[in-house]
Amino acid sequence: MSENTAVSKPDARDDAALQPPVDVIEDTSGITLYADLAGVPKDRLHLHVEGDALTIEGEVDLEMPEGMESSHAEVALARYRRVFTLSKELDASKVGAEFKNGVLKLSIPKAEHAQPRKVQVKVM
Amino acid sequence: MMYRSLFPRDVLSELDRLQREMQQGLHLSPSIRGIARGSFPAMNVGGTAKSVEIYAFAPGIDPATLDVQIEKGVLTVAGERKLDPPGEKATVHIDERFAGRFRRVVTLPDDIDANAVEAKYRDGVLRISIARKEDAQPRRITIQ
Repeated sequence: MSENTAVSKPDARDDAALQPPVDVIEDTSGITLYADLAGVPKDRLHLHVEGDALTIEGEVDLEMPEGMESSHAEVALARYRRVFTLSKELDASKVGAEFKNGVLKLSIPKAEHAQPRKVQVKVM
Repeated sequence: MMYRSLFPRDVLSELDRLQREMQQGLHLSPSIRGIARGSFPAMNVGGTAKSVEIYAFAPGIDPATLDVQIEKGVLTVAGERKLDPPGEKATVHIDERFAGRFRRVVTLPDDIDANAVEAKYRDGVLRISIARKEDAQPRRITIQ
């Protein structure tokens, strides 16, 4: 799994988004991805797999009192977006997702045929 | 044992990513990563005539472990973020999320009422609402 660098949309500038920090961990069964998406409610989280591109997108929705003026903003955009390229041995049709307290956990299993097999070495 | 993969990605795409991030940092938007590295949680502060609002972006934390204090006009948000440790035979490819203890301090305006504070944790964001003192709120003065 690697980050997709070839993705460029014509409207990329209007589409400015924060890049959420992630952890990617791999073990024999597959890849686990954690992404920090603070402020995104469940119904504003969008995950899609298209070909081998996995896109994580979310919109920040904060409760704000009427007429609030911002005086200091470290999170200055209300969108998160990050795209990853899945490698062939991953089974994109079986991605599992959990989303709690602004943390997304994705489990991407390896395809059956890509599960590790022990190769016996015969001594002749 | 936790170890990093020796060949996480190819060097060119890594450079590309760095360049993209730098550009993002200069022109478009502060990357949340840049912030999260230095200071967790990222904070937004705003206000109305009636209240001061502080938003701390602290995803994945048990709200019961958060320590929020106001003392002498200074707000402190402290806590610890524990992440699941990777399995013994797991490989960590990307490791960007903040882990460990944190503490952030915000100076509050003078007109706040430290006894009228509300704190809520939702979707990984801690929102602290502090009312302004009654007598500090704008009042219309009638001219005789």
